Amino acid sequence: MLEIKNLHAHVEGNEILRGIDLTVKPGEVHAIMGPNGSGKSTLSYVLAGKEDYEITEGSISYNGEDMLELGADERAAAGMFLAFQYPIEIPGVATMTFLKTALNAQRRSRGLEDLPTPEFMKLVKEKSKDLNVSPEMLRRPLNVGFSGGEKKRAEILQMALLEPTLCVLDETDSGLDIDALRIVSEGVNKLRDPSRGMIVITHYQRLLDHIVPDFVHVLSKGKIVKSGGKELALELEANGYADYVGEEAA
Amino acid sequence: MNAEVRVQETQAEASLIEQFAGLAKDQGGVSAETREKAFAEFKEAGLPHRRVEEWHYTDLRAKMRQAFAPAANAGEAVALPELLDDGATARIAIVDGYYRADLSSGVLPEGVTISPIAEGASLFPAKDAIISLNAAFQQEGVSIEVAEGVEVATAIEISHITTGAEKATYPRNRFVVGNGANVLIVERFLGEAGAVYQTNAATEIRVGDEASATFIKLQDESRKAQHLDSVALKIGAHADVNHFTLNAGSDLSRTQLFVEFEGEESNLGARGISVLGDTQHSDVTLFVDHAVPNCESRELYKSVIADKARSVFQGKIIVRPDAQKTDGQMMVQSLLLSEEAEMNAKPELEIFADDVQCAHGSTTGEIDEDLLFYLRARGIPEAEARKMLVLAFLAEAIEEIENERVVALLETQLRALLGSEE
Repeated sequence: MLEIKNLHAHVEGNEILRGIDLTVKPGEVHAIMGPNGSGKSTLSYVLAGKEDYEITEGSISYNGEDMLELGADERAAAGMFLAFQYPIEIPGVATMTFLKTALNAQRRSRGLEDLPTPEFMKLVKEKSKDLNVSPEMLRRPLNVGFSGGEKKRAEILQMALLEPTLCVLDETDSGLDIDALRIVSEGVNKLRDPSRGMIVITHYQRLLDHIVPDFVHVLSKGKIVKSGGKELALELEANGYADYVGEEAA
Repeated sequence: MNAEVRVQETQAEASLIEQFAGLAKDQGGVSAETREKAFAEFKEAGLPHRRVEEWHYTDLRAKMRQAFAPAANAGEAVALPELLDDGATARIAIVDGYYRADLSSGVLPEGVTISPIAEGASLFPAKDAIISLNAAFQQEGVSIEVAEGVEVATAIEISHITTGAEKATYPRNRFVVGNGANVLIVERFLGEAGAVYQTNAATEIRVGDEASATFIKLQDESRKAQHLDSVALKIGAHADVNHFTLNAGSDLSRTQLFVEFEGEESNLGARGISVLGDTQHSDVTLFVDHAVPNCESRELYKSVIADKARSVFQGKIIVRPDAQKTDGQMMVQSLLLSEEAEMNAKPELEIFADDVQCAHGSTTGEIDEDLLFYLRARGIPEAEARKMLVLAFLAEAIEEIENERVVALLETQLRALLGSEE
């Protein structure tokens, strides 16, 4: 279970997160919506352990462990996964090498042996088929020359391989056409599980037609200003964020 | 006063003068006269220092405090390295500068001959104190010839090994690749770990018309050694040549490569990698002479520099007035892993023809924190993630070599060097 309490985060002297409280239990899917600049991506980076942010107050605990004490790789080993809004291209790192290194690093941190290469290959083949990730894509350097949709599918493939217990999806719908959105959403839904929590960060409601959340939170100016069920997303779609932004400004 | 001030001889220079006086000059197939002439040239110039433009970043006069005596013969106890690719490689062992037939492969690939080096006109285009010094002291080098039209399936590995310590070696070799021939020659420079010694090698290479040749130099000398290496490379017409340098060892190294296109429609890929740490100093100085039209050259040198190490790259492409349609692209890139690491890059173009396509560039940077975060966010520990990114940075210089065997060989070397698992 993830517990975020009164989380404040600064970057270069600016306070971006101003007291976030959020609890995500296994099996729950939480959507976080909000206007641009509300701190959505910052929240995802802070959860994943990016070092550019200074945490001035509050805590993040996951399964009882203080996440703020852990580096990004240790958080991943603890079961957290961030699907990036802009997956990064790394020329010179072969996709397959990367996947294998990541999977085995996580296995080792959990006291497991490395997965033998034939089994690894089989696993990748199986998971990539569902996500329409071609063998040709897997032969390329990591994310290099991938289209926007390919990058997002590759992120979900990584998620499916690493089997995290907490998935944070940062604007996974951005840059996707209808077909790609459907493939990615199906990939995510397949990973919904009573033992797995998810945080779906999005600007638009349309992703939530595909990945139906249990809870919806509105983030504005670094705070959660409203929480509700999935119907809240529809309300936002109809009325926009103005109400919440205004409220905060008043 | 305008009178030239003659700087006093350094201790190393005085030792060299003394050593030359006592040298047996009728060895190694070179006349005493040639040696005397070369030494006179050296003596005139002295050890190169920072006011000599080509040596500005590598002040040998300051760095070479002493000159060890040249090895008088080949050491007996030799630890031969495993062949890089023992499936199909012929070995030529050069120990302390002397060819050791007994440690070399008995049977050479068909069409390849080896003979003691004989006196010949130097292929080096310019006078250089270090090359003169090699010529004066040169030991028992070999000449390797690949006959016309022969495709040598077996790689040739020349293992230069220095045994023991406190000695200098002056290997001098010649490679002649006949017209239409195809060959891969790997040269390795090795010594005993931690041993203090000096290597001053010189190699003259001629690649014939329509030949295809790849030369790889792996410099993995003792971390306390000083390594100087000069290579002259003359390329005929319609030839395809790759030269690759990997600098990993030695405290001080200087690799100088002088290339000249002598025939049209030829290609050169000159690339290299330096992986440096501690207080290592590594200098790659490149001179590419596009003397004839319609040739293409690609130069790519990458350095990864940690601790207080320093990497130097000087590269000059000259396009002569007649050399129209020259295509030359030179790039030097470095990755600094510490605040005290240093890179000196000096790429230059001198173009005297008007219809050419030439460019050069230089970048220096650090490991990209966003890339590092991405890898770590997938559970890859920081140290391993850094290695992956260093390897990724360097890999480009290797991958551009269009020869799968060479790529695999170099990638294996590099991974071992970086202690990387994949």
